[in-house]
Amino acid sequence: MASPLLELRNITKRFPGVLANDSVSLKLNKGEIVALLGENGAGKSTLMNVVYGLLSPDGGEVFVDGEPVELKSPRQAIDLGIGMVHQHFMLIEPLTVTENIVLGNEPTTAGVIDIRKARADVVEISERYGLAVDPDAKIIDLPVGAQQRVEILKALYRGARILILDEPTAVLTPQEVKELFGVVRQLVTEGLAVVLITHKLEEVMASSDRVVVMRDGKVVGETKPSDTDMSGLARMMVGREVVFRIEKKPTVCGDTVLNVRNLKVLDDRHLEAVKGMTFDICAGEIVAIAGVSGNGQTQLIEALTGLRKVEEGTISFLGNDITHSSARQTIDAGVSHVPEDRHRRGLVLEFDLAENMILGDHRKPPFTKRGIMDPQAIAQITEERVEEYDVRSPSIRIAAANLSGGNQQKLVLAREVGRNPELLVAAQPTRGLDVGAIEFVHSRILAERDSGKGVLLVSLELEEVQSLADRILVVFEGRIVKEFAAGQASDEELGYFMTGGGGTKLTENSDTEGGESNDA
Amino acid sequence: MRNPITSVRLKSVLEQLATPFVSVLLAFAIGSIVIWAVGYDPILAWTSLLKGAFGDARRLGDTMLRATPLIFTGLAVAYGFRAGLFNIGAEGQLFLGGLSAAWLGLLVVDLPRGIGIAIMLVAGALAGAAWAFIPALLKARVGAHEVITTMMFTFIGRYLVSYLVTGPLKAEGQIPQTVKLAPETMIPKFSETFGIDFGRAHWGFVIGIAVCVLMWWILKYTTTGYEARAVGFNQWAAETGGVSVSRTIIKSLCISGALAGLAGVVEVIGVQGRLFDQFSSGFGFTGIAVALLARNNPLGVIAAAILFGALSAGAGTMQLEADVPQKVIFIIQALVIFFVAADQIAKWVLSPFKRKGAENA
Ligand SMILES: Nc1ncnc2c1ncn2[C@@H]1O[C@H](COP(=O)(O)OP(=O)(O)OP(=O)(O)O)[C@@H](O)[C@H]1O
Ligand SMILES: [Mg+2]
Repeated sequence: MASPLLELRNITKRFPGVLANDSVSLKLNKGEIVALLGENGAGKSTLMNVVYGLLSPDGGEVFVDGEPVELKSPRQAIDLGIGMVHQHFMLIEPLTVTENIVLGNEPTTAGVIDIRKARADVVEISERYGLAVDPDAKIIDLPVGAQQRVEILKALYRGARILILDEPTAVLTPQEVKELFGVVRQLVTEGLAVVLITHKLEEVMASSDRVVVMRDGKVVGETKPSDTDMSGLARMMVGREVVFRIEKKPTVCGDTVLNVRNLKVLDDRHLEAVKGMTFDICAGEIVAIAGVSGNGQTQLIEALTGLRKVEEGTISFLGNDITHSSARQTIDAGVSHVPEDRHRRGLVLEFDLAENMILGDHRKPPFTKRGIMDPQAIAQITEERVEEYDVRSPSIRIAAANLSGGNQQKLVLAREVGRNPELLVAAQPTRGLDVGAIEFVHSRILAERDSGKGVLLVSLELEEVQSLADRILVVFEGRIVKEFAAGQASDEELGYFMTGGGGTKLTENSDTEGGESNDA
Repeated sequence: MRNPITSVRLKSVLEQLATPFVSVLLAFAIGSIVIWAVGYDPILAWTSLLKGAFGDARRLGDTMLRATPLIFTGLAVAYGFRAGLFNIGAEGQLFLGGLSAAWLGLLVVDLPRGIGIAIMLVAGALAGAAWAFIPALLKARVGAHEVITTMMFTFIGRYLVSYLVTGPLKAEGQIPQTVKLAPETMIPKFSETFGIDFGRAHWGFVIGIAVCVLMWWILKYTTTGYEARAVGFNQWAAETGGVSVSRTIIKSLCISGALAGLAGVVEVIGVQGRLFDQFSSGFGFTGIAVALLARNNPLGVIAAAILFGALSAGAGTMQLEADVPQKVIFIIQALVIFFVAADQIAKWVLSPFKRKGAENA
């Protein structure tokens, strides 16, 4: 048999206080998709960062085409045909799609970048792989799905034969996920090999040829989707049975917690993003906003949490008008906010766990008295919550940047839910979490509801919406277009209304993506 | 559990110290080559530099004297950086602090010395803060970049002082300068206090160190410092956490200005006794280099300012004894700044050690 395209032998990587990879071995053959599965903090991203030359291992060897290679920088990895799309994208926001794709490999004429050729190249490969992007759009104006296509194109442009996708679907809509796997299939038939890191077991079952499971830095098992099922995978990962769909008691609706009337909010470009929404949330109720991203959800949340100006309409919370309250007033009143983008709004990555844990409560006792912080009280509560929410870190004195993606998310949840709010506004609360952690977070959100709190859930995952919500509001183009009670709507029905109620639009979505990005 | 954690912290402290330290070493190494290449003896140069900076009480005093304004301006710039603000205009705020001291010094003669000095320090800090306030407001409200605005205010401040010392506040005589303050209103000199000849070094040096410790504590243990750092790192997350970004920007730049203002005060009531056009030799700008070397750590500012003070204090002796032109010191300063700014070079020098450390861990 020919030697594998990529082989890792006994890769070991230590961080202060953590053994992130413990003698990991892995083979990747031409034309296969290997799913790399494991709990948050199991060491998946670390392993792939070693392969991509971003981290140098403390031990072990990497072989490409059977030849031992030394990967000291991504440059070398790229030259060997290794491409990686990171968990958190690494694009340069003010630059255009073309500029981002060719960056580092610019075609030049006489030492000057030939941007026209670059653009033509980008159009060419984007058509060849069916990855539609506008070559002239600025990254900052693109929805995440399109940004991801740019990341993949960038790897392909550099001639990747081995493509590493680190949680590529965490931020995609179901439609975009389908398209992505279509592209990935095509790539492997052309002879590429793909490593897919994901927490979504159904994707693993549907798309991978082989599954490698990691736990605590070690490979603990390998299997084929045909030899197992989702609970089997979950068991291998977490080491116990996982409940995918939790039981929930019927709700008892109490007083109105949140009352939103005819709300109108502008986006950054001063276009109306929320075009008159009216809804209530009562105590003990989970209301879910379902919709394709870019239909006003972000602006709605920001308006509710005091981060964006309200143009028209009112918001009242527990009977008090908070339409024009600041973020601080809203937090103090008892509204918690799990932002959709943990790196932008959720965390100060340079702060350690303790400093992040008090963000928002940092002026209040017991953390602070008369402007002076109490490190002991802060440390104590941080330890408690880190323990409760299973944030895996060697110490609370470590910068949040050093946590694994899922553990960063758990840190945000520990803060926002741990604060014990009257209303929890949660956007994509389980983004990047492993199945065990999702189970836990869902049970915590339900516990909030059962103790008489209100919850506003904004999620792109229909699964999550369906299993948690007592009421589902479908939004489209800044308006609530349909309301369902729990269990009333099928996924298809939700999808129908999410895309504007035009039956054909559901499938056309991909083609209109370019247009959609302009008003996203 | 405890052990790895403390070792993690110790390690990160060591790592923080290692890079600036290596940068300084590299600067001296390259400096040696330069000195040798132009035909002098580097070893002799450095020993005489050291002697000139620390050789006896008088020379030590000279180092402290020169370090004093840099402690304040370095701290001012460092604090601004921690909040994500580049206060390039410390020089202007320093002039305003100096101005307020030169004027108030004439009014507080009848007060007890300590009280008079305290009043002048507070007033100078306020003057510096006031000079930073308009740029801060412009930044917070309309996003005008502080590098431009604080620089413009430096010009305004300098010309204002120029005008005042040649006109309204001018003392009798030919030279454009203010009236000399009475010795009783000035910060006491070490020589007075200890009866040892420390030259012109004064208690402003100690005040500077105390203020550094205070600011270190404020950054670490108060909500003011916490919010400044949060905004400096990630203003979106800070905003989401209920921190008012614009208020934090205003507050932080004003604190930075206040610290720079203090530099002006200590120069006037510690050394010069009066205000004149050239009373600062670019302390505000050197403060930027000090902050860089200190990696914006208030405690690091003390060491960095002393280094810069020692370099300029020892330069004379170096020229005298090793025949090396004083200007070489500028090369060293520039090299230090270069290697600190390009800290990747220092990290690269350190990387073999790091590898080893990781394997032993
Ligand atoms: N730069 C770093 N410094 C210190 N520790 C780190 C660093 N990067 C990762 N770690 C630690 O290494 C372990 C593995 O992290 P890694 O990011 O590989 O996990 P992961 O399997 O990708 O998890 P997730 O599913 O949450 O993304 C974690 O405990 C993490 O805290
Ligand atoms: Mg990861």
